[in-house]
Amino acid sequence: MAHEHQDSQAHKSFYSYFFSTDHKVIGLLYIVTALMFLLCGFMLMLVMRWQLAFPGSPIPLLGRILSPSLAPNGVMTPDFYNALGAMHGTIMVFLGIVPLGVGGFGNYVLPLQIGAEDMAFPRLNLASYWFFLLGGLLMLSSFILPGGAAQSGWTSYPPLAIINPGQTVWLFAMVMLITSSLLGAINFLVTSFNLRAQGMKLSRLPIFVWAQIVTAFLLLLAFPPLEAASVLQLMDRIAHTSFYLPQGLVILGMRHIASGGGQPLLWQHLFWFLAHPEVYVLLLPAMGIVSEIIANNTRKPIHGYNVIVGSMIAIGILAFVVWAHHMFISGMSAVLSDFFLVTTMIISVPSVAILTSFVFSLRGGSIRFTTPMLFALAFLPMFGIGGLTGLPLGLTVTDIYLHDTYYIIGHFHYIVVPGSLLALMGGVYYWFPKWFGRKMDDTLGKWHFWTSLICMNGVFFPMFIQGLAGQDRRYYDPMAALHSVPTQPLHVVSSAFAGLLFLSQIPFIYNFFHSISHGEKVGDNPWQATTLDWACPSPPPHGNFTKPIRVYHGPYEYSLAGQKTDWAPQNEEVLA
Amino acid sequence: MSSATAVSEHTPVHHSGESTGVTNAKLGIWLFLASEIMLFSTLFTTYIVLRLGAASWPRGWDVLNVPLGMINTFVLITSSVTMVMAYAKAHEKNLKGFQTYMSLTIFLAFVFLINKGIEYSAHFRHNEFPSTSIFHAVYFTLTGLHGLHVIGGIIVNSTLLYLSKTDFDHPLFLGRVEGAGLYWHFVDIVWIFLFPALYLL
Repeated sequence: MAHEHQDSQAHKSFYSYFFSTDHKVIGLLYIVTALMFLLCGFMLMLVMRWQLAFPGSPIPLLGRILSPSLAPNGVMTPDFYNALGAMHGTIMVFLGIVPLGVGGFGNYVLPLQIGAEDMAFPRLNLASYWFFLLGGLLMLSSFILPGGAAQSGWTSYPPLAIINPGQTVWLFAMVMLITSSLLGAINFLVTSFNLRAQGMKLSRLPIFVWAQIVTAFLLLLAFPPLEAASVLQLMDRIAHTSFYLPQGLVILGMRHIASGGGQPLLWQHLFWFLAHPEVYVLLLPAMGIVSEIIANNTRKPIHGYNVIVGSMIAIGILAFVVWAHHMFISGMSAVLSDFFLVTTMIISVPSVAILTSFVFSLRGGSIRFTTPMLFALAFLPMFGIGGLTGLPLGLTVTDIYLHDTYYIIGHFHYIVVPGSLLALMGGVYYWFPKWFGRKMDDTLGKWHFWTSLICMNGVFFPMFIQGLAGQDRRYYDPMAALHSVPTQPLHVVSSAFAGLLFLSQIPFIYNFFHSISHGEKVGDNPWQATTLDWACPSPPPHGNFTKPIRVYHGPYEYSLAGQKTDWAPQNEEVLA
Repeated sequence: MSSATAVSEHTPVHHSGESTGVTNAKLGIWLFLASEIMLFSTLFTTYIVLRLGAASWPRGWDVLNVPLGMINTFVLITSSVTMVMAYAKAHEKNLKGFQTYMSLTIFLAFVFLINKGIEYSAHFRHNEFPSTSIFHAVYFTLTGLHGLHVIGGIIVNSTLLYLSKTDFDHPLFLGRVEGAGLYWHFVDIVWIFLFPALYLL
């Protein structure tokens, strides 16, 4: 059966790949596209890191190719540096991690795990992918369009964002990406609530599915405000309104011609109303993947299923009332600061509950140190560092000092890179056998894991020291401020590790593409897992399941007493 | 566990959804409306924040054409009624009735847009543009986005009117009309908030 299917897949044309409404094809398209965008955003950062490590010296190789307007004599201009920074952030968040975790893994795995044939709205699903792809390409193309790429950071604070060139394309691309996410979120929610197989009660859903449900709610309710805010910023740029421009704005000694009467802070509120929930959109799918991998490789039920799911829901609700902790120094009343300080401290509670449950899940398990498990295990301390370093940023007193320094860059990168991204990479190793019926190479996988883990820490840990020393983020030249000079050499360390991190992705890229056709052939359930995604052939045929699916028990029934095997698939009855 | 095992193994498992008892389309449209509510809530919040922070804010009836806005309000409310009638006729399997009321709904939506166009062009003639003042920025952006939603409604309703020729007896057709109706009522409700907020306050 599986063999037959592979043959038919080999004959698929370009058209049937890019316009298929099958959730598995769309999921893989999302995964490959997102991985390419991640690589792209990573390379932008490598160019930036040269300037930080060796300010004012010509960029090797690339410096000769770049046009003189971007890098005269090979030395990048401040404007180009700003563009790289803004695009790095935008690409990594909106075109990399989110599409990988939600569009990619969500699309491929979620329908399988609930026992559905496909998504609820397959054509809408395809539309989501195309909005994402075209929005992403538009975003990238802004580098070669007149006016260049956006230069105002991924946060695009006005009035800077309104007077800087390049922002219009950024806004159009954002509206397309938001549309893609909204369509996707509706699809995911309807699918998970309506297309569950018989017996798949909500309390039997794998944690990955719960993570996707909470994520989809966040996307559904948090993205529209950014869409509205982007439309208003677009109006400010195109129709010369003043939603975000105050009365009597003076730029470079000139009075700005717009009517004024708007409020720059309004954008910050609207932006962070999305962008804080967005942090959890980056994180929750990764947590879902980690729970699947941990339960499978400890061979015991996940500890505290209800605690984890409850905490995820709590995070989903609290994520909407913490946004202004990004704005403690933007000008806000002390009462409001206190409110957001308290909610920020509260939201760390469910995160800790989830992390603790994961750690307890390890206790007493007979752990298999497979490649995906290494990634999942590393997620725990890395997310721990990322989370704990966030606490001083949530407290107003310490935040006033740490705000806009390299400390915060270190903090959120620890959450997203050795946290989320590492878990997502583990997900690639974990579900690869399902996608292609073959395993990725273990040795290369372990090389990829250890080198990436070490390099990621090498890149981001020095930033905490720089930030505590007061070095400001977003500066083109770290030598420009006297207090940054002593910690500037740490940029050389970060940049060197960033280069090594780039090299350590090569085994992964080779492994991925080589294993599609040459990996070790495996059966339908190589990890001996319990969830429904492993109850169908690898790769699953159109319509997914070849036998009727009925669910009899919860998702992680491992090592039950008195059974022949140490795993009890959800679609098989447990005999007492 | 025992109740689950009692069900026959031959029960078809691949059902096309509805674990919740609500159709996919209906659940989807409600979720879509939830996101739309967030969109317009943001715009109304913007309006409130900007108005509270403004040094001066014109009274709506001094700068806007209240009678025309009033007429448009009645036009949209009437179109909601005709939409309900179209759904009722579809429910009765009365194709002729459905087509009549759906056409009326679409016609009223066009009347709304034409009135809006008359208002806009009068503003433009008096040199009032979105860039004129923060009030105009809010007025044009909010009504403009609402207008886009009206155009969206016209497209959806016209598609259904066209499809009714061939698909009227399709089992999913009634659900589609219901979804379009929910969306259309939402567009109405937004206007019912916009009208007093911009014209009367």
